[in-house]
Amino acid sequence: MKRHLLGLCLALLLALPAAAQDRFASALAGLGEGFGQTAEVAERLGALGDPRAIPLLRALQDGTLRRTPAGAVLLPNGTDAATGQPADATGAEPVRINNRVRQVLRGALGRLQLISPDPAERLAAAEAVFRSPAPENVPLLQSALTQEREARIRAQLELALAASQLRADDAAAKRDAVARLGTAATTEARALLIEARAANPEIATAIDVSIAAIEQRLALRRVVETLFQGLSLGSVLLLAALGLAVTFGVMGVINMAHGEFVMLGAYATFVVQELCRGIPWLAPWSLPLAVPAAFLVTALAGAVLERGLIRHLYGRPLETLLMTFGVGMILQQAVRLAFGAQNREVVSPSWMQGTLMFPGGIAMTQNRLWIIVFGIFVLLLVVAAIRFTRFGLEMRAVVQNRRIAATMGIRTGRVDAMTFAFGSGLAGLAGVALSQIDNVSPNLGTGYIIDSFMVVVFGGVGSLAGTLVGALTLGVVNKVLEPYAGAVLAKVCVLVAIMLFIQRRPKGLFALKGRAAES
Amino acid sequence: MSPTTLTRRAALAGLGSALAVPLALPAIRPAWAQGAPIKVGVLHSLSGTMAISETALRDTVLMMVEWANAQGGVLGRKLEAVVVDPASNWPLFAEKARELLQVHKVDVTFGCWTSVSRKSVLPVFEELKGLLFYPVQYEGEEESPNIFYTGAAPNQQAIPAVEYLMSDDGGEAKRIVLLGTDYVYPRTTNRILRGFLNSKGIANADIMEEYTPFGHSDWQGIVARVKRFAGEGKKTAIVSTINGDANVPFYRELGNQGIKAEDIPCVAFSVGEEELAGIDTKPLVGHLAAWNYFMSVPGAPNEEFKKLWQTYIKNPKRVTNDPMEATYTGFRMWMQAVQKAGTTAVAQVTPALIGQKLTAPCGYEEEMLPNHHLSKPVLIGEVQADGQFNIVWKTPNAVKAENWSQFIPENANRRR
Repeated sequence: MKRHLLGLCLALLLALPAAAQDRFASALAGLGEGFGQTAEVAERLGALGDPRAIPLLRALQDGTLRRTPAGAVLLPNGTDAATGQPADATGAEPVRINNRVRQVLRGALGRLQLISPDPAERLAAAEAVFRSPAPENVPLLQSALTQEREARIRAQLELALAASQLRADDAAAKRDAVARLGTAATTEARALLIEARAANPEIATAIDVSIAAIEQRLALRRVVETLFQGLSLGSVLLLAALGLAVTFGVMGVINMAHGEFVMLGAYATFVVQELCRGIPWLAPWSLPLAVPAAFLVTALAGAVLERGLIRHLYGRPLETLLMTFGVGMILQQAVRLAFGAQNREVVSPSWMQGTLMFPGGIAMTQNRLWIIVFGIFVLLLVVAAIRFTRFGLEMRAVVQNRRIAATMGIRTGRVDAMTFAFGSGLAGLAGVALSQIDNVSPNLGTGYIIDSFMVVVFGGVGSLAGTLVGALTLGVVNKVLEPYAGAVLAKVCVLVAIMLFIQRRPKGLFALKGRAAES
Repeated sequence: MSPTTLTRRAALAGLGSALAVPLALPAIRPAWAQGAPIKVGVLHSLSGTMAISETALRDTVLMMVEWANAQGGVLGRKLEAVVVDPASNWPLFAEKARELLQVHKVDVTFGCWTSVSRKSVLPVFEELKGLLFYPVQYEGEEESPNIFYTGAAPNQQAIPAVEYLMSDDGGEAKRIVLLGTDYVYPRTTNRILRGFLNSKGIANADIMEEYTPFGHSDWQGIVARVKRFAGEGKKTAIVSTINGDANVPFYRELGNQGIKAEDIPCVAFSVGEEELAGIDTKPLVGHLAAWNYFMSVPGAPNEEFKKLWQTYIKNPKRVTNDPMEATYTGFRMWMQAVQKAGTTAVAQVTPALIGQKLTAPCGYEEEMLPNHHLSKPVLIGEVQADGQFNIVWKTPNAVKAENWSQFIPENANRRR
């Protein structure tokens, strides 16, 4: 008898892989016959728990899974997914998916990868399962939780478990889940709770408490994020205005071609990127390389403009304004002829893409973060150049009293050219930054010239601190107003506010005092 | 006769038979002497902000003129294109239209992209009894006896797209974000969409509507607000009528803030193959666009159309798009109508155009309706990593255009 049982067990054990094979192969039926069927297959594979499904589902996600006219499913390496044998690929077409399939796929892959050896994969899996909650996930998540050691993944698993328990029938677990989701403070958790509120009137008050807790923390986060957005807009304004703070603020030249210098900087970035494209190890670093390149190109253009035209018009602001306006138009059309009217694509390096998460769930986009850092860098550069270099000393001397500076042996003409070139080079640096957030097109600069003048006038002509404070104030005020007034009206409000402010204080926030200001 | 012309003609012979068009290839090429050339006006901006989009349409009309001449012309007469440049300047559109009609005495005109340019030339075409083919999807609410509209009306693009978002396959959206550029087309379209959504039981509290100026680049606040709106429960989708190059920073921000198509899908009405050519599409896979034609449509008519275009433009990588297909379809229908009327006189060609049929490159038979609009299929495509569209939904048949939307209350007493 005993021996019989043993024999039966053995036979069963031997038969098991074959049965699993069958289940896996039969689960594939219908794949690629329509989005609905493909989604069902993905669902089945996720529930089956067979690790062979992972490469298959990944291939489906990437669009590299193919299906032959006979119905065989081919993995990217050319083997038949059901048998594992190499197969005939004639006439095979990629299996197409839509958003619904993508959604199911994410959940299915998540379920399968909850016990992956790679922690990054487990974390992604926990997130994926959180986003596709279902009652049948509960035992799966509970067993994953017993094995998990890493706190970060555990936290995400707990959330996923809570989300799934909210959908299950266990009333006690549901109450517990509501409380746990209340500590999550994410918009996703709130969305789940709001959804659950309608279906579970008996625990509505508990849900309301959790929602209120989430909202409180979200409100705080919103303040931080608005501030970040304001700082990021402010740093863009600062970058665009710094060059003008030098040419207009220090030299008093109304340079309407300033925006076009910004545009030239962006095109210089594009050219550097194209040059680096051929050299693979250099390609990711094209943006840092573009910084000096853009500075040199626009500084040179500025020097040529100053020596060739502007110096003949010192003391005649109206003519300078008209002439630089014309130069701006010429530059725009020249770029349009050289590069075409179509926008040029400047690729963001991977370290500038995506979002950086901070504690407390505060999210900041990387490109904006880098632009803030770059803005601070350029500001320090300007301060250092003016305070601590010989060129800065001469520049200040010429501005304060040209004739005495000249009698001291300073070549004022050369200093003028260098100052203007410096200011133009700063515009080029702004162009590098703008190439990451705006379209690189011939009329890139026109959108920033008004803002730049606004910042400089508001902050106080000739004051770097004024430019900094002016730019940041305008950025933050704009972003605080935007949710209430909309993008267009917010800008109008800011303009009106500045007009009123200038009426009260014509010299801006930081007015220069003393004799230099009088002249 | 150069060898290239011969191969093109051979290819076109195949096209002719594949489409079974009534326009049979003449066995013997008639002499040109039978009359003065027929003049075809081209009224597209070749400079200024719209040049990016409209230049391709000018090239499409020129391609069709060359194609028609290779077929032996129309009514045995040669076609001759007259190209003018209204320079993205709306009043200049009216002046140039007058020049085409009065100085050059064109028999037909193909032109305009923005609704404002069409509104500007409309009185000129009505006064001088001209004939204009307008090839771009628009907001409807117009029906001129002198204009034929070969792009989509709202019920052929906007409404089916939103219906798709609300369907099982589209993700059962219950909350809709309407984002648009601040001018007449997005505002009118969104007004129609709001009426439609209300009729489907979606309350105004579940609709978010925002407008931005042309060329807007700072999308961080708006995208963050969309995310927040989506976090208030219920599945959310974005309907974008953002026009022009503001789309590039918009999609970049969507990618950076991690908005995935499977969570918050975004369907666009003004983003096609040409617009995607300047964007890194990898983070956008799964976001949608609604059109009546995609370059990825399978079938012989589209293969022929693509071949014709890429041969003409001498670039095997150039993309085709919906307004180009609409220009092509309008041109072919006009040729058929002239053939039927036996004259190019507008008074005779206009009635002959009604009821003209053509299997367009989109693979469906389209018909010119009495309201001067086409019946067109509606296609919804998902962005792929290569910048093309994967068609995920289409109407079984061509849909008849309703240029007077039933979702605008003032249209209730119009004939339908």
